[in-house]
Amino acid sequence: MRLRNQKTGIIAAFPYLLPSLMGMAVFSILPIVASLCISMTSWNGMTRVSIFHGFFTFVRENFIGLQNFADIFKEKEIFTVLGHNAYFLVLYMPLMLIMSLILAIIVGSDHKAVGVYRIIYYIPVLTSWVAGALIWKWVLSSQYGPINDLLGFIGIKGPAWLQSEVWAMPSIVLASVWKDMGFYGMIFLGGLQNISPEYYEAAKIDGANGWQRFCRITVPLLSPTTFYVVMLSFINAFQIFPQVMVMTTDAGPNGATQVMVERIYKFAFSFGKMGYAAAYSWILFAIIFAITILQNSAQRKWVHYE
Amino acid sequence: MKLNRKILSCLLAAAMSLSILTAGCSSAVTKDTTSKPADTTAAATTKATTAATTAETTAAKEQVTLKMEEFSSSGGNEATLAAMITAFETKYPNIKVDLQTIGYDDYFTQLQTKVSGGNTADLFELNYENFVAYASSGALYDLKDIIASTGVDLSGFYKTAIDAYQYKGDQYAIPDSFSNVVLVYNKDLFDQAGIAYPTNDWTWDDIATAGKAIRALGNDTYGFYRPITFNEFFKASAQNGGSLISADGTKFTIDTPENIKALTGMLDLVNGSNVQPTLEQLGGMGDWDLFESGRLGMIATGIWCFGTFKDACDFKWDISVEPGNTQKATHFFSNAYAVSANCTHPEEALLLAQFLAGSKEATSLRVGASWELPPVTYEDVTSAYLSQKDPANRQAVFDSLAYLITPPVVKQNAELQEIINSYLNKAIAGDLSAADALKQCQAECETKITLG
Repeated sequence: MRLRNQKTGIIAAFPYLLPSLMGMAVFSILPIVASLCISMTSWNGMTRVSIFHGFFTFVRENFIGLQNFADIFKEKEIFTVLGHNAYFLVLYMPLMLIMSLILAIIVGSDHKAVGVYRIIYYIPVLTSWVAGALIWKWVLSSQYGPINDLLGFIGIKGPAWLQSEVWAMPSIVLASVWKDMGFYGMIFLGGLQNISPEYYEAAKIDGANGWQRFCRITVPLLSPTTFYVVMLSFINAFQIFPQVMVMTTDAGPNGATQVMVERIYKFAFSFGKMGYAAAYSWILFAIIFAITILQNSAQRKWVHYE
Repeated sequence: MKLNRKILSCLLAAAMSLSILTAGCSSAVTKDTTSKPADTTAAATTKATTAATTAETTAAKEQVTLKMEEFSSSGGNEATLAAMITAFETKYPNIKVDLQTIGYDDYFTQLQTKVSGGNTADLFELNYENFVAYASSGALYDLKDIIASTGVDLSGFYKTAIDAYQYKGDQYAIPDSFSNVVLVYNKDLFDQAGIAYPTNDWTWDDIATAGKAIRALGNDTYGFYRPITFNEFFKASAQNGGSLISADGTKFTIDTPENIKALTGMLDLVNGSNVQPTLEQLGGMGDWDLFESGRLGMIATGIWCFGTFKDACDFKWDISVEPGNTQKATHFFSNAYAVSANCTHPEEALLLAQFLAGSKEATSLRVGASWELPPVTYEDVTSAYLSQKDPANRQAVFDSLAYLITPPVVKQNAELQEIINSYLNKAIAGDLSAADALKQCQAECETKITLG
């Protein structure tokens, strides 16, 4: 009985789902399948290939199996590049979690001008990455930018942020935290507002101070939201691209900020190795997928669901 | 009533899906109706030969719109190119030109996607480094047949320039500009340091000496700037009697004593005497900006800087031929117009290319705007160029032509540049000595790049 209702339900809903499904099929699923096929060819990205005319003939003619994947791991470069992504993550995650939580607490409180703060903190999220990266490039410039001037007032000689091997990645992390704090802050705000104030009142009556209330009530009850934020930022950290390309032009000083997506872009559009680049992007997908699955299975350990 | 509403909503859903499909695939739809399957080259050439005989008469009658895209005018010369196109459209009233200008950084990325999607413009610009990759992939129209049929005259072009754009003996593009790199120097700083101006006989040692004298003028003043990148390194190698690839083009000659000496010399200017600023000292400032601020004594840069320096420099400056070491070597950069392989009006496209590249009207406009140099041998054009001031010693541009070398062009050009640049960066950072860097660079190039 239930099955039949479900079935007619789906059939009835299908026409309404059609526009989105069509968009997803043509712009997401079709390119994904095409990319998988291309990753097993030696296409140079320049000869004419059409998905609708003779695509599978082309794939069959240029088929090289898993050769691209083998080559990627043979050239140890992928490990260096993954290392840079991991370094970004290690710097980015704690800073971003702390900053967005602080933001959520500020914005969630009840004073008069809180609406203005909400807008200001969310503006970076809305700006395009290219515009934001250009501004940060100017801000961090040791010749033109204000940051080194300000540091000079306190008596610190600021480094050449984006030109120094040591400070290039931290500069990218700084710009990324600035951009994303509003977004994750909003998510944390939702999580915070879901915590019933009765817990806090009960704790106050029992004599817990602010810090204890934070550690024993806020953090555990916020853990589903934290889990979501951590998972999302993991996925994003492996895909950073515009800030690296604009702020440190491609690979950065002595290759310090070379990341996965930059490699994919270079192989696809500069070196004429589209098949290789497609294989690279599938490896990136596999890595992100594996990490997400690992996180999902680990959530039982630390995420507290009510 | 309920049925009507259901039908209406289904129709609406169908309409929305249709609009999504057509919005995304509109270009594909038009392409499918006009494009033909992969082997169109045979069809195109037969079409060209049959159309050749009637080219003159039909060209005079049918209204043709040519799509053109280029990059070299972006950043200051758009008005000059627009004037050239107006002159062309006046001369050939039946041909309209639809121009798209894209900045150099993005140009080749978007061109590649257009080529692989089969919807390139009829005429597009290439530079010397990328020409071989496009010609060998079949993206360009073989101009051999239509040069004869349209009666286009290529004799006014420099032979080096025209030959540079031949692939396997056939002409595939028409050179529209060339430029080289000269030594630009700040006369005021030289006067302040009390040293003589550079001459055409200078060598690297003279640069080092003058650079040290100017560097001593102040903490923020530098003597010389020449980026340590692939483009400069292959030239420095030639200036020291070496090369990156053997003369027959079959093997790499990166790890040689001449190249090690050249690289050591370049590194010493930065890390040793600090005549040249390190990247950190530059702090994100462009090299031209440093020169324009009056804090740089000498810079080796392209002649396309003349217009910008004329406006921005408030000190006296001039140029001389770039110094070499055991011999001189100067860059030869060039851009060319190529006709797309699936262009439907190749004769008109060739007429447009020849006009913009080699006609008296267009080349005079180019010279008047100091927009690089037209690759033509017309006397009045070159004397017009020489008679302009800022810089005064324009003769050095033509003197440099005597020593010009072309960049090593291989199909995997971008990859080769990246490998060499990464090793140069390691040497600059001090991770590897110059000798080790070149040795490892040679090994990596041999494994990753196929020559010949």
